[in-house]
Amino acid sequence: MSPQNSIEAQNLTRRFGDLIAVDHISFEVPQGEVFGFLGPNGAGKTTTISMLTTLLKPTEGSATVAGHDISRAGAAVRTTIGIVFQEPSLDDRLTAAENLEFHAVLFNVPTRQRKGRVANALRLVDLEERAKDLVERFSGGMKRRLEIARGMLHTPRVLFLDEPTLGLDPQTRRNIWDHIGRLRSETGVTIFMTTHYMDEAEFCDRIGIMDRGKLVALDTPEGLKRQVGGDVVTIHTPAPDELAEHLARSSIENRRRGDDVLVEIEDGARFIPRLVREFDGEIERIELRRPTLDDVFLHITGRTIRETGLDDEDVARNRMRARMTMGPRH
Amino acid sequence: MTTATTPPATATLSAIRIIWKREILRWWRNKARMVGSLGFPLIFLFVFGSGLGGAMGSLAGSAADIDFEQFIFPGIIAMTVFFASIFNGISLVYDREFGLLKEVLVAPVNRSAIAFGKTLGGATVATVQGTLVFIFAPLVGVHLTPLLVLKMWPIMFAGAFALAAMGVALAARMSSTESFQLINQFITFPLMFLSGIFFPLQGLPAWMNAVVKVNPISYAVDPLRRLVLEAQSLPQSVLGNLGDYGLGISIGGHQMTVWEDIIIVVGFGLLMNLLAMWLVSMQD
Repeated sequence: MSPQNSIEAQNLTRRFGDLIAVDHISFEVPQGEVFGFLGPNGAGKTTTISMLTTLLKPTEGSATVAGHDISRAGAAVRTTIGIVFQEPSLDDRLTAAENLEFHAVLFNVPTRQRKGRVANALRLVDLEERAKDLVERFSGGMKRRLEIARGMLHTPRVLFLDEPTLGLDPQTRRNIWDHIGRLRSETGVTIFMTTHYMDEAEFCDRIGIMDRGKLVALDTPEGLKRQVGGDVVTIHTPAPDELAEHLARSSIENRRRGDDVLVEIEDGARFIPRLVREFDGEIERIELRRPTLDDVFLHITGRTIRETGLDDEDVARNRMRARMTMGPRH
Repeated sequence: MTTATTPPATATLSAIRIIWKREILRWWRNKARMVGSLGFPLIFLFVFGSGLGGAMGSLAGSAADIDFEQFIFPGIIAMTVFFASIFNGISLVYDREFGLLKEVLVAPVNRSAIAFGKTLGGATVATVQGTLVFIFAPLVGVHLTPLLVLKMWPIMFAGAFALAAMGVALAARMSSTESFQLINQFITFPLMFLSGIFFPLQGLPAWMNAVVKVNPISYAVDPLRRLVLEAQSLPQSVLGNLGDYGLGISIGGHQMTVWEDIIIVVGFGLLMNLLAMWLVSMQD
């Protein structure tokens, strides 16, 4: 591998029985990048993280993390990575500092450096004042910050964050992002994260879009938006079917999102007056905007990321995921 | 550029120490559990002990005056220690339920060290809880000396060490606290009741007598009882033949000595620890 890459994956694949949770994905993450995996629940993001962090063996393909092969040098990988799991994993009955000390010892932080590192990690996430408080008194956002601090204690070269802001309110989410940004600029650590929040993916240097186990796109947020091809025009009308037909007649590509009709078009400002002039039906509202990652996802997969109706395959996927994260049940 | 600055053996010892320390801290912070754990022995000692004691008279007949409360006191100490030991295994199930286990499993730590640290922590906590029961001794007419307590501690700890390992082994593949409690009831209660904690081993049905003798817990209870009875200024004729009164274990006419008991308990403890380490290492 080239020394600049923190992560290199080659045809990484994981099956659970007949189900392919991760389907031959290949990508590279250069040193120091904030790299995001974006996709709906059950897309295979957590399975990918589990493989890269050696918690799960790949069925096929290979990957290296910080130069170590995940299948052949699992122990070496573990010493060079930090992980923040999707589910909370702190001991509520211990204080913030005790939680960090516990981790520092398990990760072989030399005794002499332990105190300093714990203090520094707490400072990095603005929790130094709460060092001696029991974690059970922490808010969800504080717990997450503490977990991020913990993940950084043994100075990993790659930090994995699995849905770091899941279940947090918008303000706390922004706060977590500030801290992640600060972490990167102060330590230069490579960050690999997953999210299903579109707006968060914007913070990443590059984004891989995952859908049903496949990596369907990989680019910078700007690059992805350029793929959409210009502006996004949303038209709200009581007669969406007629409108869709009308657009199709002038071979303008369009999509439905609920009762809205979406058009991706080069020059939206010129398109709108023409549409109003030529379409006979009623139009209630027209919206024009630059594409968001939501539009990108819709453009690439034909579905919105928030689409609620999970099909059978998605349900099976989620069940697999639940089984995986729970461990054996007796 | 791996951070292998600490030699592996030291790292393993540090890991065991920090896992042990965490168990102690969690116990210390949970005062309700500490006080609550005294309720059970208190009920057994007074309700059971005094209630049955009146009907039973002296357990050594006319040879000496041993009342049921004196008999049951070391048994209650053992019960408290051993219940707490096995029950401590539930902390491993909690760790799995609340996600902390994952964090431990990704650490570059020998999995056996994780099991061993848990076992040591559980054994320590259980021994301390058993020690708290000593405060009831004067209330049931049991004569205690500091030396007696000092002699009992290592035996309590050896038993705790074995049963805490058993708790960890039971918990190793379990993901819900309910199933742990259920298994606990099916395994722990019979083991406790058939270990001579609650009744003298005299005139038992043959099958029960056999079960008591293959039950390793019996050999952890036996030396504790012997030490307590020895401290009650009883005639040598009784102390030398405790087995005849059902107050000690004798096999084929040979009365087990404290040391023989200890060897069995420690052997069982090592076996349980190997099992616990193996089962925890199998985690994926």
